[in-house]
Amino acid sequence: MPEAAKPRPQFRNIHVTQLAQYRLPLAGLVSILHRISGLLMFLCLPFLLYLLDNSLTSNYRFDQIKEFTQSTLVKLIILALVWAYLHHFFAGFRHLAMDVHLGVNKNWARRSSVGVFLISIPTAALVALKLFGVF
Amino acid sequence: MANNNIGSKRLVVGAHYGMRSWLAQRITAIIMAIYTIILLAKFLMASDFSYEGWSGIFADRWFKLATFLMFLSLFYHTWVGVRNIWMDYVKPVSVRLLLQVATVLWLVGCAGWAVQILWRV
Repeated sequence: MPEAAKPRPQFRNIHVTQLAQYRLPLAGLVSILHRISGLLMFLCLPFLLYLLDNSLTSNYRFDQIKEFTQSTLVKLIILALVWAYLHHFFAGFRHLAMDVHLGVNKNWARRSSVGVFLISIPTAALVALKLFGVF
Repeated sequence: MANNNIGSKRLVVGAHYGMRSWLAQRITAIIMAIYTIILLAKFLMASDFSYEGWSGIFADRWFKLATFLMFLSLFYHTWVGVRNIWMDYVKPVSVRLLLQVATVLWLVGCAGWAVQILWRV
């Protein structure tokens, strides 16, 4: 008979107030950003439909909406949504690859999470430069 | 709780139709990815960036239907994803139900608007 069992370590979910100091691994960061970007796009659906609606209704409304998107605030919202789309897109591909058992070990999961950022951030930066008229 | 939660007495929680939702989310994701590539290709090959050029893309019947299918995929995909978020973070059943109903209404409303936009072009 073994002697009295040692107190076993307990693992609990972290509390909301601990979120800021919690150091997520890169794969975890890709994952939570996948969620955040998805929710952001969900909430902005009417905004996107509004843009599509106006751009397709008539020549006049097309010009009006073009004018509307010249404001810095609107450009920033569009940029946030472009980033959200790009992150969601590439992180989604990573998930699909993992579904067919590609890159599921820790090492490759980390590499592919770096890969997601390496594609999504520069592409979003390129869109930012275009949006704000650098080229 | 721990001991009476085994075998036939196992407490089954959750939405019960996980596999179907999981698969639907993957398939709709692939449909949207293909649509994105087609739209991007059309956009990058375009030379006419006026209203006529832009609305011309959507005037094609096949592209209208493709866009419609993309929208259906989008709303199904979003339903699965947003419902997952509510199920993970919102524990009180009444609040969760309220949010889920709001999500469905939001998405069906957006779907109606999308159809109206597409078939007016």
